[in-house]
Amino acid sequence: MKKVIKYVIIDILRNKIMLGYTLFLFILSMSIFSLEDNAAKGLLGLLNIILIIVPLVSLIFSTIYVYNSAEFIELLVSQPLQRKTIWMSLFTGLASSMMLAFLAGAGIPVLIYQPDATGFMMILIGELLSVIFVAIALLAAVKTRDKAKGIGAAILLWLYFSLLFDGFILFLLFQFSDYPIEKIMVGVSMLNPIDLGRILILLKMDISAMMGYTGAIFKDFFGTGTGMSLSFLVLIVWIVLPLALSVRNFKRKDL
Amino acid sequence: MKRILFILLMGVQAVPLGATTISVGKGKTVTAIRAAINKALDGDTLLVYPGIYREKNLIVNKRISLIGINYPVVDGENKYENISIKSPGVLVQGFKVVNSGVSSIEDFAGIKIYNTRDVIIRNNRLENTFFGIYSQYGTNCIIENNEISAHNLEEQQSGNGIHCWKSDSMRIIGNKIRGHRDGIYFEFVTHSLIWRNDSQKNLRYGLHFMFSNHDSYVTNIFRNNGAGVAVMFSHHVKMFNNHFEENWGDASYGILLKEISDSHIENNRFVKNTIGIYMEGVSRLQMKKNSFERNGWAMKIQASCMDITVSSNNFLGNTFDVGTNGSLVLNTFNGNYWDKYEGYDLNRNRIGDIPYRPVSMYSVIVERNPPAMMLFRSFMTSLLDKTEKVLPSLTPENLKDIYPLMKPLRL
Amino acid sequence: MIIATNVSKKFGSLQALNNLSVTCNKGECIALIGPNGSGKTTFIKTILGMVVCDSGFITFNGNNINNNWQYRSGIGYMPQIGRYPENMTIGQVFDMMKDIRKASVVLPYDEDLIRNFNLNNLLNKRMRTLSGGTKQKVSAALAFMFNPDVLILDEPTAGLDPVSSEILKEKILLEKSKGKLILISSHILSELDDLVTQVIYMQDGALCFHKTIEQLQADTGENKLAKAIAQVMQQ
Repeated sequence: MKKVIKYVIIDILRNKIMLGYTLFLFILSMSIFSLEDNAAKGLLGLLNIILIIVPLVSLIFSTIYVYNSAEFIELLVSQPLQRKTIWMSLFTGLASSMMLAFLAGAGIPVLIYQPDATGFMMILIGELLSVIFVAIALLAAVKTRDKAKGIGAAILLWLYFSLLFDGFILFLLFQFSDYPIEKIMVGVSMLNPIDLGRILILLKMDISAMMGYTGAIFKDFFGTGTGMSLSFLVLIVWIVLPLALSVRNFKRKDL
Repeated sequence: MKRILFILLMGVQAVPLGATTISVGKGKTVTAIRAAINKALDGDTLLVYPGIYREKNLIVNKRISLIGINYPVVDGENKYENISIKSPGVLVQGFKVVNSGVSSIEDFAGIKIYNTRDVIIRNNRLENTFFGIYSQYGTNCIIENNEISAHNLEEQQSGNGIHCWKSDSMRIIGNKIRGHRDGIYFEFVTHSLIWRNDSQKNLRYGLHFMFSNHDSYVTNIFRNNGAGVAVMFSHHVKMFNNHFEENWGDASYGILLKEISDSHIENNRFVKNTIGIYMEGVSRLQMKKNSFERNGWAMKIQASCMDITVSSNNFLGNTFDVGTNGSLVLNTFNGNYWDKYEGYDLNRNRIGDIPYRPVSMYSVIVERNPPAMMLFRSFMTSLLDKTEKVLPSLTPENLKDIYPLMKPLRL
Repeated sequence: MIIATNVSKKFGSLQALNNLSVTCNKGECIALIGPNGSGKTTFIKTILGMVVCDSGFITFNGNNINNNWQYRSGIGYMPQIGRYPENMTIGQVFDMMKDIRKASVVLPYDEDLIRNFNLNNLLNKRMRTLSGGTKQKVSAALAFMFNPDVLILDEPTAGLDPVSSEILKEKILLEKSKGKLILISSHILSELDDLVTQVIYMQDGALCFHKTIEQLQADTGENKLAKAIAQVMQQ
């Protein structure tokens, strides 16, 4: 498995898009922090990067990479290698490169300008979201044979997780505003890793407001050790579940 | 050194000629404080040497000075009020007052002033008292540099650190108060000054202030109190230079203002409070040169407020700048610095060319539908917020700062 | 050595393999013949585990290949169209394959073809810059490199120039003489004449016949494979 990971990583590192992404993140976060005289506003800009750009790039890049590696995968499959090994290597290679890119691109500026609890939470969530969306991309790519369809599916998934899901929640919130749905909402937020990550960051960034009545329910749940551990567990499930499904699919896939 | 200090203090007290000094303590002329008080005449000084004095309720009914040396302990054995002052011109200084009685009928205190004037209570340490220092119908008294702490966990079991009731011209200066129900409590107190106190970790309010007019509180620190500071039903109150920090909770405020009029809030700092200032029924209030940093809401202004002027303040890193429950706005917000302002300054006069609306749409939504906080800062809600900025529909049309500053003020 | 039993595979509505049963043994050199779309490549991919069959099973040395991967270390595979990671050079591809397979290989590496095709001069060329023929040479070199017991060659000479084609043929003959099982699918029947000992003829995913070359000649009365097959197809 190590050998295959090695070749995947070498291949990704040779890819200019990955380097471009790292540079893009780095320049963007550095300029956000240095342009704003107030670090809190810088963090806000960074939050948008984490919640929008990281999932998008993770999804699209991984999907395209899988399609472009069809030959490589085909070559490997005909060799004495387990299919699971090949797929896991592909995942590990992609996930570690995305994590590395985020750490170098956004992590370093955060560590320079905002090395506090909020900053660390942002890095952690950014890393987790990178990996989660690699796993989701692998699932999307293995499910659809056609490249164009696969990339389309990835974009739709991104749109769903970053926009449509929230719209749906807002609709629910107003539709059922007369009922005590706060607790249910905590559960619903688990269904979207971006929302879950965002709430975890909010609890560090907007702690003052979250202590108020409106945020109290989230504070009471996510603020406790149990809630925090549970949330991270759910985020891990968001990695493991799509990955396991994609491995299962890949094992049966005809090449 | 002590002697010089002592003489100086005597001078301050303007002791009449011929006053005597009585030493109290083991191996001194008198061993009990009560006996010494009985022996003393007006104008005498009692020097109390270290030791533990369990003398039930000490009543000071003569114009005398009680001076503790190295903090002699006056123990109320959890049954009695330690020191009751019933004569004008009394000085109580340098004692360690512990374990007052706790009662739901009587307000036992560590040191209590009963219906008198010109009392000075200075440099004492009060621990585990029900009420700390209590003034009832006190006039022109000084409560200075005392350290007052309690460790109760429930409000019912705990009294207030410094409690003033129907008093006038009080000066509360430089005290440290921890762990009481309210740090400083004022009810029907007028013409008084609260200066340089440090009130932290009290169960309810750091400062609780009701029906008290023409008072000032200046350069105090109120941090991490259960519900922050409450100032209610008063007029002509001046609040200058105070720090309100980390008052967190669903009913917790830097300051809760209720039915306040003709008052000033200037040069204060509000940092990391759930709500910096909450205003209800406030009128004719001047807010200037305050700094609001990293609060949940810098201020919430209920529709019952009018003639509030908010100018030359800094708003930095607050989750929401201003929240309100109505659309009618009778207050002005001009010339503040808002870090969320995204306008421009083409004529370079350091004032933004387009107005700033401090009420964001999302704060209105959260006000109406609290669980919506869950979607705060999501991609979709930022889109909605941007739309609202272009086409205001939910936020009050007239609540705006027409002269928003481009750079923060140096405060 | 390789036994397929009742193997079926559907791609959507297309029946790619239909109840196919075939036995291939050591020392045989088998030609896999059939019209376009008759399922030759699918069958090869099924043997390699690249396509998973819907029903039936395939054994390799008596072991079911399903959920098994080690058996592939005994197979050298030359695909119809060799596709390789485009950013890698030929040398890197060779190194990578050696790296991946070195645990199960009988050393030394068989680098005859690299030498004979003169690939040594091209080791620094990136895969995306190669012509179809050169890619085929790389595929062939890789198939023979690890001294496998079984060689599966899918259209081996397609795209190769006559000289290279001849080199490859000689190599196949050499390996055949070592007693290996060789499976060749090809359209160019004339090339197979000197090579094969048996013929598997497929049509619409089903097996038409599996005969030795002698038997086929006897049945059709034709000496040349091409003519023999043509006669079969006319029937």
